[in-house]
Amino acid sequence: SCYARALRSENKVTVHFVNRDGEKLTVKGNPGDSLLDVIIDQNLDFDGFGACEGTLACSTCHLIFEEEVYKQLGPITDEEMDMLDLAYGLTETSRLGCQVCLTKALEGMTARVPDSVSDMRQSDIGTTTSSSS
Amino acid sequence: TGLRRLASTTDPHPRVCVIGGGPAGFYTAQHLLKSHPAVQVDIYERLPIPFGLVRFGVAPDHPEVKNVINTFTQTAQHKRCSFYGNVRVGKDVSVKELQQAYHAVVLSYGAEGNRRLGIPGEDLTGVYPAKDFVGWYNGLPSNKDLKPDLSSETAVILGQGNVALDVARILLSPLDILKKTDITQSSLDALAASKVRRVLIVGRRGPLQVACTIKELREMVNLPGTRPDMEAREFQGIAEALKDLPRPRKRLTELMIKTAQQNPAAEGAAPRQWGFRFLRSPVEVLPTSDLRKAAGIRLAINQLEGSGEHARAVATGEVEDIECGMVINSIGYRSLPIDPAVPFDPHRAIIPNMMGRVPQAAGLYCSGWVKRGPTGVIATTMTDSFDTARSLIQDMETGALEISAVKPGSQAIAPLLLKRGVRPVSFSAWEKIDAEEMKRGKSVGKPREKLLDVEEMLKAAHS
Ligand SMILES: Cc1cc2nc3c(=O)[nH]c(=O)nc-3n(C[C@H](O)[C@H](O)[C@H](O)COP(=O)(O)OP(=O)(O)OC[C@H]3O[C@@H](n4cnc5c(N)ncnc54)[C@H](O)[C@@H]3O)c2cc1C
Ligand code: FES
Repeated sequence: SCYARALRSENKVTVHFVNRDGEKLTVKGNPGDSLLDVIIDQNLDFDGFGACEGTLACSTCHLIFEEEVYKQLGPITDEEMDMLDLAYGLTETSRLGCQVCLTKALEGMTARVPDSVSDMRQSDIGTTTSSSS
Repeated sequence: TGLRRLASTTDPHPRVCVIGGGPAGFYTAQHLLKSHPAVQVDIYERLPIPFGLVRFGVAPDHPEVKNVINTFTQTAQHKRCSFYGNVRVGKDVSVKELQQAYHAVVLSYGAEGNRRLGIPGEDLTGVYPAKDFVGWYNGLPSNKDLKPDLSSETAVILGQGNVALDVARILLSPLDILKKTDITQSSLDALAASKVRRVLIVGRRGPLQVACTIKELREMVNLPGTRPDMEAREFQGIAEALKDLPRPRKRLTELMIKTAQQNPAAEGAAPRQWGFRFLRSPVEVLPTSDLRKAAGIRLAINQLEGSGEHARAVATGEVEDIECGMVINSIGYRSLPIDPAVPFDPHRAIIPNMMGRVPQAAGLYCSGWVKRGPTGVIATTMTDSFDTARSLIQDMETGALEISAVKPGSQAIAPLLLKRGVRPVSFSAWEKIDAEEMKRGKSVGKPREKLLDVEEMLKAAHS
């Protein structure tokens, strides 16, 4: 998903994740990897995370960032926005983890895995078959 | 959560039976297996093939969506999970029998019915439930002989959800795109001969109430060889309402307005057209003069009462006829009761439940479309299935679910099935079907060529 992993050998980047129980997990990732890659490589167990395996076809890799970090994450495509619109608990600083690449500048950043408790208000637009609209 | 030791358990293996091998069944099983160190989960599925609508619903040109199959496969291969395909619960084995053999039964059997339009002409040739049309191009055995009539220029789809857009896309996609997918060969051949050039997607309310999501709309906008055919006047006043909308609805509406404005009706280049039509409710499918098939549809023109998500469509008394030889009813799927022992709310067409627990029926749970109704993407189904699994685990911990007695699980069900002449398809037997399909696909440059016939599936499974 991200650019070539040629930067591999460079120093790793430390990232913190806050899981759904509020626990903070600190891991290191390679610059150039997506945050989804990092989560998989490090065996972080966020239930149901990354269901479409980074192909921009779900929204289960939703992560929430601090505003300062969010601004450094690089551009967001329409397609990513489209999938994000289906995410539970969408915020102004939400991104899809499979579309965000690690860079050295992100050293020490924190990303929060949002709570996935069903929000029925969302189901209107998440609708798939209904159409009686 | 979840990994707490269960001191009160005397049977080391609480046994849970899941009915239905779609996303709800697999996600419920996944969460149970993860949250409890000893639970044994058996999945019973009607078809010889797992994955439910991921295989028989999700459009063939959305292969990425089907990646969830990899996770389901891991779940099925978990040492405390078994898959029994080709077992129709309610027919081959009753829910009561399953309840006797298992500590808990989770109903995850989806929504296999469709909502009828309830209008004259609905049963004419040329009128199809979207569910059947989707089943046809996706190789659902019961729909393989649908032979939809694709001989007219205009098709009208009733309903504006994602399924409607899937159908529109399949009807209008260039064959070069489809032939690289796992769409069935027979539907590919039929679509190659299709005369359909124009697809109108009709909704009873306005642009601010469409039920599709923006990804599917954008795919239509970007579909090669097609151009939008919208009516700009239907979007009058919509732009003003935008600023107060939540982001998803706002972006969706903006894309629609943009598409309607660029309306290149005059540009003429693309041979195929699609468009939304709003504030229209079907009144009657109009027959040909020999009364044999559909020739058009009469629509009542509505106006909106109220605004936003809850706006109501009210008939104005005016009607409009559209000439079309194909009408697809995409107003929704519908769950059906499968066993008289299971409570069912016929009005909402779901199993009544509180957080996945079926009230007044200890040991019965539900997840997925049969719990929530037939809306939402796979991620929605995942979340609600995890919720159900959480409720079940919690009930084990609190003792609300009795798990102290030793239960036989599949050991008690296998002989019943044998006696009734039913031979279950295990997950490894499904993998033989899978291998055969991929082999057939490879020879024609497709990811797979689906087997369309249950007998043929069983033959491959038991080869
Ligand atoms: C046409 C269509 C396209 C879709 N496209 C997408 C998409 O692109 N992306 C997305 O995220 N979501 C999509 N969805 C939504 C997604 O498919 C659903 O959210 C999900 O499949 C619901 O899961 P479920 O397990 O409740 O139901 P199902 O997937 O229907 O699974 C139910 C299973 O139960 C089995 N069953 C039924 N009766 C019995 C019985 N008596 N005994 C045993 N087994 C039984 C069925 O055979 C089936 O395998 C689509 C849905 C449809 C209809
Ligand atoms: S993993 Fe599905 S969109 Fe990122």
